[in-house]
Amino acid sequence: MYDAGKIVTGLLIFLLLITFPVWYNAAMGKAQTRPNPVVQTADEPGRDTCVLEGDEMVTAHMNLLDEWRDTVVRDGVRMTETFNGHRIEMSLSRTCMDCHSNKEQFCDECHTYMDVEPYCWECHVEPRQAPEAAPEMEGGEQ
Amino acid sequence: MSTWSSLIAIVLLITIAIVGVQVAGLQMVFGVVIPYIAIALFLIGVVYRVIRWAMSPVPFRIPTTSGQARSLPWIKNNSLESPHNGFTTFLRMLLEVLLFRSLFRNTKTDLKEGRLLYGSNKWLWLGGIVFHYSFLVIFLRHFKYFAEPTPAFVTALQSVDGFFQIGLPILYITDMLFLAAVSFLFIRRVWSPQLRYLSLASDYFPLFLLLAIGCTGVLMRYFTKVDIVAVKELGTGLLSFHPVVPEVGVMFYIHLFLVSSLIAYFPFSKLMHMAGIFLSPTRNLANNNRTKRHVNPWDYPVHVHTYAEYEDEFRPVMKAAGLPLDKEE
Repeated sequence: MYDAGKIVTGLLIFLLLITFPVWYNAAMGKAQTRPNPVVQTADEPGRDTCVLEGDEMVTAHMNLLDEWRDTVVRDGVRMTETFNGHRIEMSLSRTCMDCHSNKEQFCDECHTYMDVEPYCWECHVEPRQAPEAAPEMEGGEQ
Repeated sequence: MSTWSSLIAIVLLITIAIVGVQVAGLQMVFGVVIPYIAIALFLIGVVYRVIRWAMSPVPFRIPTTSGQARSLPWIKNNSLESPHNGFTTFLRMLLEVLLFRSLFRNTKTDLKEGRLLYGSNKWLWLGGIVFHYSFLVIFLRHFKYFAEPTPAFVTALQSVDGFFQIGLPILYITDMLFLAAVSFLFIRRVWSPQLRYLSLASDYFPLFLLLAIGCTGVLMRYFTKVDIVAVKELGTGLLSFHPVVPEVGVMFYIHLFLVSSLIAYFPFSKLMHMAGIFLSPTRNLANNNRTKRHVNPWDYPVHVHTYAEYEDEFRPVMKAAGLPLDKEE
């Protein structure tokens, strides 16, 4: 083998970089952590389902909210129906967060895990937590 | 022909993934076993090929230069185009690896009014550089599916990539650039008759594979949707050696199988130029043929029969034939 010093060094650097997630996971020790969102943090009388069915909500909630925002802001239409016929207002803070009232236990769980930073909260004010939920807030910072 | 066979190969790969996951229910195979095999093939294959290349001696400097070599102090030399030492060679390699300097020199020939003309042609360079950098950004962004907590550089890349905040999920500029660049690189090959003549299945197949990977990725992110939390569970599981197979849509398995195919195919293909560019003797050698003595390492002692010895051997015969001799005795 010729120029072994340079070539082996190059190969080692390449292998080190390309396997970065492996070392990183081993060093951080957090690869087995899973997000655990608390779906319902408050009871809203008269509402037993979400806007879409569960699976669809998991993968497409951002599209729903995006559509809601445009419909409300641009067309002035505020009401819509859930998949099973309940009439609801298209509002993040007044409809979604009736049941999913705790941003940290619900929204942030997966968003932090997936490193997604939705810009909802640049306009909306996140609901203040009830005093008994206050201790929960310490660990949940991003 | 080679275009169609490559296309059929891609369709076949997609079919295998769909049948394997949806009909046969082999989530474990397609989610864990095949990715592990592909990664192993990739790592071992790349190292093997680089070592094989390193076995070939390069005794003489063969850089292709396009600038004045360093010689006398009053002749201005171009150290980037004709590097004379290690450092300037390193700079030249940087230009080559990071900015694709050679492609920037690409020309096209045209017959205009009966005259052969040469013109600059930067489209291949542009398509190539857009493709490679988009791919790099996309590759690095994907680290968030394999590393927990998400590394800071991924967060930074994402926010720059989604700078324009178009749509939701936010459109990544590199996604568009990647698809556009790969499409261009393909169209370029079928557009020009000369290039089409030169192109082989091994040129089309990687392009189609990359295009299919890009399309399935874009479909998943913006249109058909998959549960990305489950995807990350699978990814971190793989790269922390605690594999799990959560419930994810078939589109994800197609994407993963195509990526596995790409990285398994990598060491056997022209994609090895990733390592090859560093080992190109026409680029990575200093142009110091005249300032340094380079000895061929495989030179062996040659048995030399000099003229003096020849004359000694045949003197009587030569003398009898009346030939002139250096030494009469």
